[in-house]
Amino acid sequence: MIALLMRDLRLAVRAGGGFGLGLAFFLIVTVLVPLGVGPETALLSKIAPGILWIGALLACLLSLDRIFALDFEDGSIDLLATAPLPMEGIVTVKALAHWLTTGLPLVLAAPALGVLLSLPQGGYFWIVVSLLVGTPALSVIGTFGAALTVGLKRGGLLMSLLVLPLYVPTLVFGAEVARRGGEGLVVQTPLLMLAGISCGAVALLPFASAAVLRINLR
Amino acid sequence: MMPDLGKYADAVLSSYAVSILLLVVLVALSIRRSRKMKAYLADIEERVKNG
Amino acid sequence: MSIWEYANPVKFIKTTDRMMPYLAVGAVVCLVSGLVWGFFFTPDDYRQGSTVKIIYLHVPAALMAINAWMMMLVASLVWIVRRHHVSALAARAAAPIGAVMTLIALATGAIWGQPMWGTWWVWDPRLTSFLILFLFYLGYMALWEAIENDDTAADLTSILCLVGSVFAVLSRYAVLFWNQGLHQGASLSLDKEEHVADVFSSPLYVCIAGFVLLFIALVFLRTQTEIRARRARALIARERLA
Repeated sequence: MIALLMRDLRLAVRAGGGFGLGLAFFLIVTVLVPLGVGPETALLSKIAPGILWIGALLACLLSLDRIFALDFEDGSIDLLATAPLPMEGIVTVKALAHWLTTGLPLVLAAPALGVLLSLPQGGYFWIVVSLLVGTPALSVIGTFGAALTVGLKRGGLLMSLLVLPLYVPTLVFGAEVARRGGEGLVVQTPLLMLAGISCGAVALLPFASAAVLRINLR
Repeated sequence: MMPDLGKYADAVLSSYAVSILLLVVLVALSIRRSRKMKAYLADIEERVKNG
Repeated sequence: MSIWEYANPVKFIKTTDRMMPYLAVGAVVCLVSGLVWGFFFTPDDYRQGSTVKIIYLHVPAALMAINAWMMMLVASLVWIVRRHHVSALAARAAAPIGAVMTLIALATGAIWGQPMWGTWWVWDPRLTSFLILFLFYLGYMALWEAIENDDTAADLTSILCLVGSVFAVLSRYAVLFWNQGLHQGASLSLDKEEHVADVFSSPLYVCIAGFVLLFIALVFLRTQTEIRARRARALIARERLA
């Protein structure tokens, strides 16, 4: 499993991987928003947590099809399927690799982009915390979506349609944590809910993804 | 005959119109597809039987 | 004699064909009488005026929008556990009906909200969760359309339905947490306090019965169509092979 993880990470970091791409996309979204809604500081700082969350979510979505598509094309997914590794383990490692290459950089970049959106002072800590807790759920849910559409020729658009509704609870609670944190309110409830969703998704969804992948490779 | 709907007549009538239209379209499409499929299948069954 | 007998497509078609006239007539009678009763013979609400008449479409459609998903969930489970094709096809047949019901609930809600709340749309928890439900329906149908192999499509969509159900419930609570709404509470409940008055509720029950019957009839009809479509595909494939 560790070997598979290292392989995925190496592939992602090398050219053609999604490593820098997701980050660049995140940057562009956060730059475009002020251009769209105007440079008013008060307004921007009000919507900053939501924008950062949506940017992270879209950046995550953008890189999802890479999870399985490349392996499916060159056939290495079949090799993995026949390997002694359980399918659940494979999808978990894939999700983890996706999170390490996409989710984690987004978490680290968020405060820097928060400056661009004049995020309120108290918000920096909470945007990092909420993204740190929430992005694993995004990766795991996304892996499920990617597994659903792995064999399809134009699966990208369909995958967005399937995955985005599943992202709703994570987005709601994540953005709520960031917003309340920024305004200095109590964040315990949404934070616990967000953590609950992440834990539940990480614990249960790999089984669904593995089942789906098995069906698709049949 | 027509009840006095007051100032909300537009809202009430348009919501009835929209809903009934949607339902009718749904039913019509379902029936049409069912008919087509029946004919299509009968066609194929015939062909299979007669070789 | 058990319910699983109807897993046989031929038996299913035969039985539903026999039931269809009763269902169709029942649905039409209930819908027409309920709507006419509601539209012509109920008084205006003292606060909402004549817009209260929209309830006879709005509430049944909203109920069926959720029940259709429930039915798809049960049918998907049956497919996963017992692998009866009719079950998977019934789930597929129900999805567009559920989507239309959701659309009706949303449209009538918007038209109702315009005079009552002064806006077509608010990001109220109920409205939002219905919009999300609509997106789930779209995704589900799109996945069915996208996959060519019938069994693969049935497997994938039923798993999507299971996962989607969990997330739909989660979304419901998430949006509840996110915003307190303008939408009134439950229209029909055992709690008399928030119950709508009897003058309004009797025709409403008739309308709900009509929507349920209509839903069942449509599901049967569309499932038959799907069964035939599947058989046609199988025959063509066999022909090519021979």
